[in-house]
Amino acid sequence: MSNQINVLSEKCIGCALCVKQCPFGAITLAERPDHPKKLKLAVIDLHKCTFCGACVEACSKFGAISMVKEEPIKLDIDPSHYRGLWVYAEQRHGEISPVVYELLNEGRRLADKLQTPLCAVLIGSQIESKAHDLIQRGADKVYVYDDPVFVEFQDDSYSDILSHLIEKEKPEIILMGATNIGRSFASRVAAKIRTGLTADCTALEVDLSNRNLMQTRPAFGGNIMATILTPRHRPQMATVRHKVFKQAKRDPNRKGEIIKKTADVSKIINRTKFLEFVKDTSAKVNLSDADIICSGGRGLGKPEGFKLIEELAECMGGAVGSSRAAVDAGWIAYSHQVGQTGRTVAPRVYFACGISGQIQHMVGMGSSEIIVAINKDPNAPMMKAATFALEGDVYEIIPWIIRKVKKSRGLE
Amino acid sequence: MHFIVCIKQVPNTTNVQIDSSTGTLKREGVESIINPFDEYAIEEAVRLKERTGGKATVITMGPPQAETALREAIARGIDNAILVTDRAFAGADTWATSYTLANAIKAIGSYDLILCGKQATDGDTAQVGPGIAEMLDIPHVAYVKKIEDINDKNARVERMMEDGYDLIEMPLPGLMTVVKEINTPRLPSLRGMMASKKAQIPHWTAQTVNAEKNNIGLTGSPTQVMKIFSPPPRPGGQTLAGSQEEMAETLVEKLRQAQII
Repeated sequence: MSNQINVLSEKCIGCALCVKQCPFGAITLAERPDHPKKLKLAVIDLHKCTFCGACVEACSKFGAISMVKEEPIKLDIDPSHYRGLWVYAEQRHGEISPVVYELLNEGRRLADKLQTPLCAVLIGSQIESKAHDLIQRGADKVYVYDDPVFVEFQDDSYSDILSHLIEKEKPEIILMGATNIGRSFASRVAAKIRTGLTADCTALEVDLSNRNLMQTRPAFGGNIMATILTPRHRPQMATVRHKVFKQAKRDPNRKGEIIKKTADVSKIINRTKFLEFVKDTSAKVNLSDADIICSGGRGLGKPEGFKLIEELAECMGGAVGSSRAAVDAGWIAYSHQVGQTGRTVAPRVYFACGISGQIQHMVGMGSSEIIVAINKDPNAPMMKAATFALEGDVYEIIPWIIRKVKKSRGLE
Repeated sequence: MHFIVCIKQVPNTTNVQIDSSTGTLKREGVESIINPFDEYAIEEAVRLKERTGGKATVITMGPPQAETALREAIARGIDNAILVTDRAFAGADTWATSYTLANAIKAIGSYDLILCGKQATDGDTAQVGPGIAEMLDIPHVAYVKKIEDINDKNARVERMMEDGYDLIEMPLPGLMTVVKEINTPRLPSLRGMMASKKAQIPHWTAQTVNAEKNNIGLTGSPTQVMKIFSPPPRPGGQTLAGSQEEMAETLVEKLRQAQII
């Protein structure tokens, strides 16, 4: 039997509620000239339908959509053989990425609920000393691969070694940061071990009845949220966005086990060759990790405007971002671009200076805790979305803000 | 050399409107476009073809309507296209999509480089590219912002990272996912548009690509959507009043209260 979804033509009144709710644009209304009241009929495109059930819910009043989901294939694994919640302890140039501490915090909470150990996996070169740090932040066990072959991240070697460890130790959940490394690496591992991977999660919960991880993530640029399960496969894998969880606090007295693993270097798949790392010297603060981001847009009117944005960022201790318009105008490098075709960020404070707030920009920063908009146009979408909207010329207002911040810090 | 570009047709969110009563996207009349990141992959394939000689093939998995996206890719300089379409593919997650596309690529035969956009703007997962590479057992580099050098054995590429870029050498055949910085896509040419009109685009089914039923569509997808809901609306903000100095003063005070300053 396959999945079935049907519109019951005698119950459908063509109200379009389902059309509006369908996140995949799979439903359209068709004319029904032979209908006594000429009511329209909802038609579901089965090529686009994912059987998510949003339309069934939307139609609860009329009950005109019936859906029968296929019985899931039986697990070819026994989920009770899978225990332990893992956090991939991503490191870059020997430093643990901040998102790892966030994952350890949330991971600890979920592991306690599941009554299962929280383990970290650390891969790198001359990295062993960092294992204690992970224990102090909440890990019960740390698996460490410390070998010169792992000195720089490469998808082949890292996914090869992690997949082997997963197959041997059988964790039930693996969390990784939704970083450039995490998103590339996790995809490869999930494909290798044939399990589900949910990208870019912003909320996690566990169902104790079946130990399923409920993974909530934004889709369609944050316009809808979806909760995803990996019901029949283990481990359940997710990448998690920066800044959605608080960092685990360090407890210097915490004890845990460090398990040193050795890799058989001759057997590791490693087809790519790392040549060199070239640091971006234009960014003093890393955009993804920043708690405060000061972004400029077309409203700056000229490239020199970013001098002022940099000044604001420096005084706030933040990073410099930009809208697509400013990047396309050549005022600032693409690595600063926030939005759909740039980076997704979620700082504590986002300053949008002269940024009107096109939807593609909004999806990249809409989950910031506080949005400060500075714009001449009070009707700009960004001004409406802002926590604090300041109407006026960016060149006049920003210097005032800088002055007031310095004053409040006793610098002036 | 043979370049294969994997693309996806997505709803155009440029002028999309939000239904204020439900807080959801208004989908009526939303046109479908080539995923914006895939345009860079298409352009890069065409440039590589011009640089090294050879041909470029574009492939997508999707409903029959996705043929429009393939024709547009041809108009932009791609030589031929394949549509992988079957009702049995519906509801595929990233694993099942990677599997299906990898099988289709196996059916195409030999190739040197597969190019994908960094991610699609509807799902935003960035998972299918690396997934295809794994299933084809070839190396991949994600977030490529520049191909410094390429020959039929190797490619030297810049991988964009949060703190700069990594220079990586990848043997071919391999797969890259590309970011916006890699190029500026050209507009379709007149000659391209003629070719696009005339192109015969084969439709490949699950059977053509030799895909196993248990690995495709919703059935073959390890992840399942449990529920879909609208995000909670952002709490309303406030417009600060007063002179510029007063607005700045108020703002700093608010940020101080929020323990930011």
